[in-house]
Amino acid sequence: MIRFSKTILSVAAGSLFVFGNALAESHIPAGTRLAEEQIFTYRVLDEHTSVDPQVVEDVSGAEIVRDLFEGLMNQDADGNLVPGVAVGYEVNEDNTVYTFTLREEAKWSNGDQVTAHDFAYAWRRAADPELASPYQWFIELMSLDNASAVIKGDAPVDSLGVKAVDDLTFEVTLSAPLPYFPQMTTHSTTFPAPKAVIEAHGKDWTKPENIVSNGAYVLTEHLPSERSVRERNTLYWDNKNTTIDKTIALVINDENVALTRFLAGELDRTEVPAGQFPRLKKEHPDEAISFPRLCNYYYTFNLSDSGPQAFKDVKVRQALALAVDRKIITQNVLAGGQPEAYTFTPAAVAAFTPPGTEMAAMSQADRDAKAKALLEEAGFSKDNPLSFEMMYNTSEAHKKIAVAMSQMWKQKLGVQVQLTNMEWKVFLETRGNQNFELARGAWCGDYNEASTFLDLLDSESGYNDGKFVNADIDGLLEQAKSSDDAAGLYTKVEEIIAAEMPVIPVYHYAGVYMMGSDVGNWPVNNVEQNWYSKNLYKTAQ
Amino acid sequence: MLGYTLRRLLAAIPTILVLVVASFFLMHAAPGGPFTSERPLPPEVLANIEARYGLDQPLWKQLWDYLTNIFLRFDFGPSFVFKDRDVNDIIAQGFPISLTYGSLAFLAATIVGVGLGIAAAIRHNTWVDYVAVSLGIAAQALPNFIMGPLLILTFTLWLGLLPGGGWNGGQWQYLIMPVIALSTSYMGSIARLTRSSMLEVMTSNYIRTARAKGLPERKIIWSHALKPTLLPVISYLGPVFVYVLTGSVFVDMYFSTGGLGKSYVSSALTRDYAVLLGVTILYGVLTVVVNLLTDLAYAWFDPKIRFQ
Repeated sequence: MIRFSKTILSVAAGSLFVFGNALAESHIPAGTRLAEEQIFTYRVLDEHTSVDPQVVEDVSGAEIVRDLFEGLMNQDADGNLVPGVAVGYEVNEDNTVYTFTLREEAKWSNGDQVTAHDFAYAWRRAADPELASPYQWFIELMSLDNASAVIKGDAPVDSLGVKAVDDLTFEVTLSAPLPYFPQMTTHSTTFPAPKAVIEAHGKDWTKPENIVSNGAYVLTEHLPSERSVRERNTLYWDNKNTTIDKTIALVINDENVALTRFLAGELDRTEVPAGQFPRLKKEHPDEAISFPRLCNYYYTFNLSDSGPQAFKDVKVRQALALAVDRKIITQNVLAGGQPEAYTFTPAAVAAFTPPGTEMAAMSQADRDAKAKALLEEAGFSKDNPLSFEMMYNTSEAHKKIAVAMSQMWKQKLGVQVQLTNMEWKVFLETRGNQNFELARGAWCGDYNEASTFLDLLDSESGYNDGKFVNADIDGLLEQAKSSDDAAGLYTKVEEIIAAEMPVIPVYHYAGVYMMGSDVGNWPVNNVEQNWYSKNLYKTAQ
Repeated sequence: MLGYTLRRLLAAIPTILVLVVASFFLMHAAPGGPFTSERPLPPEVLANIEARYGLDQPLWKQLWDYLTNIFLRFDFGPSFVFKDRDVNDIIAQGFPISLTYGSLAFLAATIVGVGLGIAAAIRHNTWVDYVAVSLGIAAQALPNFIMGPLLILTFTLWLGLLPGGGWNGGQWQYLIMPVIALSTSYMGSIARLTRSSMLEVMTSNYIRTARAKGLPERKIIWSHALKPTLLPVISYLGPVFVYVLTGSVFVDMYFSTGGLGKSYVSSALTRDYAVLLGVTILYGVLTVVVNLLTDLAYAWFDPKIRFQ
């Protein structure tokens, strides 16, 4: 899933935003001795789906696209908005018309100038039913004028709310006011596309021999399922501040093999397999790193008519949630610095204050005692034990957690749990059709704001697989959409979740990496992990 | 012989057709589709995508279009997952890789396996025999998904001799570990099969006659015993050749070789219908051809089953 950043920026109506040349100051601390060879090599789990900005839908593809292309805005190491191709923008009174001013010196890798027409073409292309990009939903989310009609095929593509006023002025009309709209322009779907090249080569335009791009890098080699290489684009407008000459993505499916290859010096970055972080941290203190990510891990109760009767009792849901010892799961099973979860939304989300829930404050012994009492009140006992089926998608890590949780319930509450695992697509289909009792869920935020998580529990949400319905939550979320300061509302929603317990939050994700100690400026504070090779550097060892 | 070959090839066409139709319906019967995701797509977006890939048509129509595209244009369609590539691309890129390391592994398994087996049989009940048999059993007991990580640990991390993965156009350094990982278990089976077959042949009457005639042992082994020894081995080698190509998913996973084995398995998991069917057809054709070659080799080796 690809993400974009929302919030932080509160926009005064009718104002003009022109950024200073923030990138001109170097990202390299004074006195740093740079390595002679500036090559960054990292591992990806799987072959990327595409490097076409309007089509790409996976994280590893988006990482490549962010290097090859540049949108109107970029993110800095902390996730803040900084200028990209646009030097600034103007917005009208009611936040519905945004006018971006493009920089004159922005060039495509074939020497052509990057113009507003390239953006208008790209955005129309993303909405075009003929291209049928899965990311048409993003264009709808951006509330571009006429987006839904264009996607449905009811209106011509040209009627989309984008216009190239002149070569350097790009005007966007929205159907609803969106104060955080500029943040969405850091997302790859909104990157410009070279019309002439696409028309000349069709689907093959993204092949290294054909591709023309406007970012800090150009694609020079692509060996599917083996590796892809991007090299410095000397025509990039900020090329003088780019340090890394070449970035190589190696496809390595097995994480343990990837770790071996990291230790053999073939990689600058790889993921740490579950459970191995403490050992690696001890052996390689400079290289094993862990930082919070915008993802949660939870189990959802099936509260629909097809769900078990027992789960309709809030006492049962609370008892089960209380009895899960999250410390054991995060410290013994995963052991990668993941935070324990007592709220649905991760605490790392910007402008979100987690409520002080009762459960978080209790000791595990108290939680267990309360869980026992609640379950007895609900009418379950040794002679009449609660039993249900717990479903997760096939994976070694999910299995370990499910086994741990079911054992906790069995030992503490005498609950009988039957574990079932399914291959991913079957799992999604089964969960989506409410053919489950208790099912695993996980969500990575699409943008850095609490609603990307909490919307999952809106009763109308298509992702609400547990079919939890709560009018108060729906009302609060609706209110939050148009509110200037939604933080308090989100805290209230979390309080209702803590009381109603439609899901069992287990933990929040951490980025757990082995990162070469000579890699400089990796954006650990960018919780969305939108990183750009042009901001990295390698020091001499 | 030629007529027989042609007849066999013609008979293969309905076989392949049955395979395609069965795979097609099985594939569509599996829950979920290529565009099932954690984030359910809005209905209008899904409709556009399904229209683009023809998934909005009735199943029989989809099958018909698929088959006509193959027969008339040799076009296996676009990949549903890798949006910049089509199935012809994926096969053209992955198959030569699988074929290269697969053939090398096959050759290594056959040559070393047969050699070990013969050595063990000739020196029956001596230390040569014991060493060969133990090597064979050890090799058989080490499947490629154990060999893979073990080899990388040894040659890349500890010894620092070989790159831990990649293909690099098939440079020899990149070939060694995949070939070893893929060939060892087959090598073990071939060695044991050859040994027992040769032991049996060496006790047969015509070998005794040859010995009685005073032929030198070397001539007995090479001119008289070898061919019949290899008969059961050949019937085993046919399927092995197909296995080393299709079973190469572990090699692709551990060594990032970029072969077709990984595409085959992941296309099933991601419901990339076109890639899955395309590779199934390729493997089907391969199986039919290899079976035919095995039968022809059989005829060449054994006059008793030579055809008119």
